[in-house]
Amino acid sequence: MYLNQFLLLAAVLFSLGVYGVLARKNGVLVLMSIELMLNAVNINLVAFGAFRDTVAGQVFALFVIAIAAAEVGVGLAIILLIFRNRASIDIDHLDSMKG
Amino acid sequence: MVAQNVVFGVLALVMVVAGFRLVTTQNVVRAALFLAIVLAGVAGIFVLLLAEFVAWVQVLVYIGAIVVLLLFGVMLTRAPTGREGGLDNDQRGVGVLVAASVLAALAAVLVDAFGDDKIAFTRVQRTAEVSDSIFGTYVVPFEVASVLLLAALVGAVALARRD
Repeated sequence: MYLNQFLLLAAVLFSLGVYGVLARKNGVLVLMSIELMLNAVNINLVAFGAFRDTVAGQVFALFVIAIAAAEVGVGLAIILLIFRNRASIDIDHLDSMKG
Repeated sequence: MVAQNVVFGVLALVMVVAGFRLVTTQNVVRAALFLAIVLAGVAGIFVLLLAEFVAWVQVLVYIGAIVVLLLFGVMLTRAPTGREGGLDNDQRGVGVLVAASVLAALAAVLVDAFGDDKIAFTRVQRTAEVSDSIFGTYVVPFEVASVLLLAALVGAVALARRD
């Protein structure tokens, strides 16, 4: 199998994640789009690991999964706090630091 | 190799369609379910790349834990769960433009750099090698990741706790 078929699939998923982060205004949906981008990166890491015949790719993918779990935990706690303070998780309304 | 390519094609199609619906659907719960489909597809891709351990970690951690956590987030923030719309902001056009530019740049670079390189699959990377690598070469990053997870746990509790 070609290396590029995996890399291009990951590129498509990453671009969809970029679009989601830019165009969504619900905080939970933005977090989901970030997960999409992290998964695209994981595909790249494992594909390069198989290509170069090294286990480092799989190890790095495992690290990324662990970091993603931590990120989602803290991210959801922040979103929960925003909801508690402002009764909305519409990210467009979080502009109190805008000049 | 033909069977693998057929499986790859089906998985890629399902993942791209589910990913597209994930970023366009107007229903938060459906978005979480489309995310689960994409994550399952990624696990399938890992199996195709002979990385079974990473594939099962993907299923357990992502589909088992993170999707459930996100669904809890949807529930606790009382997001609009019906077909109400209003989940997108007014910069969709710019978003499409940026995403298309990112995709075009990545595709151009990847095709230029790895034109028709093939993955040989001459040797199966066994899970024992992955564990040897984690607890040998990468033991310090592994411990740092443990401390980071602990810090994230404490931080999430400290943030979300009602005083």
